[in-house]
Amino acid sequence: MEVGLSAFVIFFAAIFTNNILLTNFLGMCSFLAISREVNSSLGLGLAVIFVMTWTSALNYLVYYYLLVPSNLTQFRYIAFIIVIAAFVQLVEMIIERYSPVLYVVLGVFLPLITVNCAILGVCLFMIIRDYNFLSSIAYGAGGGIGWTLAIVAMGGIRQKLANAKIPKPLEGPGITLIIAGLMALAFMGFSGMIQIQ
Amino acid sequence: MLQIALGLLALSAFAGFLALCLEVADAYFADYGECRVRINEGEKELVAEGGANLLSILSDQHIFIPSACGGRGSCGLCKVKVLEGAGPLLPTETPYLEPEEIDNNVRLSCQVKVRNDVKIEIPPELFLIKEYKVRVVGIRDLTPDTKEFRFQLLEPDTISFKAGQYLQVNIPEYEGCDEPIYRAYSIASPETKREEVTLIITRVPQGIATTYLHDFLQEGDEITLNGPYGEFYLRESDRDIFMVATGSGLAPIMSLLYKMADEGIQRKTTVIFGDRTRNDLFYLEELEALTQRIPSLEIIPTLSRPVAEDRWKGRKGRVTEALKERLKDGDNTEIYVCGNPAMVESVEKIALESGVPGDRIFYDKYA
Repeated sequence: MEVGLSAFVIFFAAIFTNNILLTNFLGMCSFLAISREVNSSLGLGLAVIFVMTWTSALNYLVYYYLLVPSNLTQFRYIAFIIVIAAFVQLVEMIIERYSPVLYVVLGVFLPLITVNCAILGVCLFMIIRDYNFLSSIAYGAGGGIGWTLAIVAMGGIRQKLANAKIPKPLEGPGITLIIAGLMALAFMGFSGMIQIQ
Repeated sequence: MLQIALGLLALSAFAGFLALCLEVADAYFADYGECRVRINEGEKELVAEGGANLLSILSDQHIFIPSACGGRGSCGLCKVKVLEGAGPLLPTETPYLEPEEIDNNVRLSCQVKVRNDVKIEIPPELFLIKEYKVRVVGIRDLTPDTKEFRFQLLEPDTISFKAGQYLQVNIPEYEGCDEPIYRAYSIASPETKREEVTLIITRVPQGIATTYLHDFLQEGDEITLNGPYGEFYLRESDRDIFMVATGSGLAPIMSLLYKMADEGIQRKTTVIFGDRTRNDLFYLEELEALTQRIPSLEIIPTLSRPVAEDRWKGRKGRVTEALKERLKDGDNTEIYVCGNPAMVESVEKIALESGVPGDRIFYDKYA
């Protein structure tokens, strides 16, 4: 497959067939915690899209131009986390300066993202799967959009659920995990479309 | 082994580099330059380093906006009208603001960051709340455990307050306390005396502040006060007045009486001042002198536990009993009561029972 096309395919695969949240179950903690309503889910989702796209690009550069030449690839976990953390800090500063409202909206989410395993997961997958630079960015953006899609859908479902009769022991995280499982099953329906490794 | 060490070293260097980048970015993005805060149409103008919140900028420049939570956005007290330059209303503020306040540009000053020049409006009485550097010019024993402190104002050198208000004394670090604290004490001196204030302070056993004031503070020492605060001041009307005080609760009452004497207010006034023994009562000569200046004033000192050597010929019993006996025309009476909380509460109860409307009972509780 051509390089450009493969990036495009990876982008869509990351949203639907290989949704990082519903097939790899990464980023579950914030998925469960912040999915009570659509608005805050969307806020967190947008922050994840932004950070995921940028950090996959940054970490690609760090990995292939810093860690590989100096033979330090075994430290990639730490290096990636440091880069993500530093990037989130930087973004926080910029948002605080230029958009106070967005800062307050995203304020609590940005630090959460630093420890969101979906972000680290995307960076590690792109290395394991040997993506090139363009594909990595596509994978990061697609992964972020897929994650947002899943959490916003969950937010919508949980909003409806507020009026539903749920057995007491299942309230909160219990029912949310069950719904996540059902959503994952539903997303399996996409798997015939494209496959990536 | 060497490789791991080198790897860690390289990684630390990398992390250090990122930290440096962040520092540089912080210096660039968080630098808002100097910002001007115009208050009440240019009545006052402050210049401050941008980036901090409005509340702290104002308090740094000695304009004290009331705030109970210390700027965490959880008390909703630090409301200020920001006319220009506040930026959009934040979700952290909306829970504390009424719709009409939002229409009037009222904001929580602890949430508003000053990033550019702003114009604000604050009630003029907040200007009066200032920090004062003072020198102790007189310490006098009033009773075995109560002292009168006279403070001369140095910087600023005069104070404006309403009789009955209180000041906060900044207790510096000393061996009994490892961080500065604030305690409130009522002003006992007349409001016309603007270059000196008198506070009456009773020792609290093991009390951090009163121990400092009684045992460590010397004449000639300099400390800082801030204020004035409080709603305990004389209301304008023709109604009869009952003033009830125990212990150092007499302090704001003295200030109120001086005001009445100075302004020739001739309302029928009864002061009920009580404590346990004769040794605990103070200012009786001053009160006597005030009855000469205010003909409509009657002083009722009362002792709840007089001892034999007191040879007390005056009234015995609690202040509340005296009040119950004397208070007849509740509907035409204002009550000013100051002292320990239990006494204040029982006075309030008696006053309400005697028909004094709740909004004419004014009190200061000494907790």
